[in-house]
Amino acid sequence: MRQALVLGFVAAFAAGPWLQAVAQTEDPVAADFDKFRAVLEQDNPAELWEVKGEQLWKTPRGPKNASLEKCDLGLGPGVVKGAYAQMPRYFADVDRVMDAEARIVHCMITLQGFTYAELAKAPFSNATRTPDPVSIVTYVAAQSAGMKLAAPQNHAKEKATYAAGKEIFFYRAGTFDFSCASCHGVDGQRIRTQPLPNFTKPEQAIRSVQGWPGYRMTGGVMHTLQWRLNDCYRQQRFPEPGYASDTLSALLTYLTVNSNGQVYKGPGIKR
Amino acid sequence: MADPMKIRATLQGDVADVRVLMAHPMETGQRKQGGQAVPLHFIQSITAQLNGKTVFSADISQAISRNPVFAFKVKGAKAGDKIVITWKDNKGETRTDETTVRAGS
Repeated sequence: MRQALVLGFVAAFAAGPWLQAVAQTEDPVAADFDKFRAVLEQDNPAELWEVKGEQLWKTPRGPKNASLEKCDLGLGPGVVKGAYAQMPRYFADVDRVMDAEARIVHCMITLQGFTYAELAKAPFSNATRTPDPVSIVTYVAAQSAGMKLAAPQNHAKEKATYAAGKEIFFYRAGTFDFSCASCHGVDGQRIRTQPLPNFTKPEQAIRSVQGWPGYRMTGGVMHTLQWRLNDCYRQQRFPEPGYASDTLSALLTYLTVNSNGQVYKGPGIKR
Repeated sequence: MADPMKIRATLQGDVADVRVLMAHPMETGQRKQGGQAVPLHFIQSITAQLNGKTVFSADISQAISRNPVFAFKVKGAKAGDKIVITWKDNKGETRTDETTVRAGS
């Protein structure tokens, strides 16, 4: 309820000069938060899920009793190093573009014999349970730490997916007549004390990828970008998008390609 | 069986900087789920040993966060020394992990 009010507030002032002014000055509070984050990053509990994800990747599981070591993340079967930084990408076997989590879910279905229905039933973490794909994404993402983001734009479908993602990003609908761009398409906006990055600009778009998957200290849970985008839609009062759906792959393609060339730091930590 | 800890021990001069990350729910007993209080479940004691000798021990309470991190420095450590960390919680569960001290950069 509170969040609804805040969002409504931001929407009402979105185009106003008042919000624009905030961005121009270097915010000392934001600088302090950055310092705080730097300290936290030294001991990120995300490492615990990294270890768990690695076990899940290597252990034969599921109805087919297979490990994920034959899973092709785009760099060849079983190649994990650097794969996360080069996704979403086009996969010929499914003839579509997939983001990391969608691809891992695909591998769990085709290689291990899980069903989409059971994986999509409760795909997000809570205090007592972390779904397996979340741990696996954390492991895979960690193997791209320190690498430059390079989501490819070579295949025609990759370009089409980027265009679709852009369309979705600017698509206004719902009870608030909101789009992703309402919050993230303008410089210098914020919700309460949180400055909102402008994802249409390369140097700010990185903040949509950086820090994800992330450990959230509130509740002590591990979350991926699938959860984050789902939550954006929930806050916009849109119908929630399907888990690991083409919609989210397209949106992630748009966000990641906008951030291409910048260094990905691996799984992050959130307040 | 509890999940493993992540331990890092890096040498700076003759002081080892030890950082331990523990996987534990650390339930305070205050949180409710479906109207029912989630029972207390937290780490009560931690001990750290350097080559078998206890160098650090602590009694902690439910005020410590979930998946806690502990950092401390040990004087007189050498590269290759063994650090063993043990925790024990109020349900009697326990977990021990070890690492060797690495030379710092």
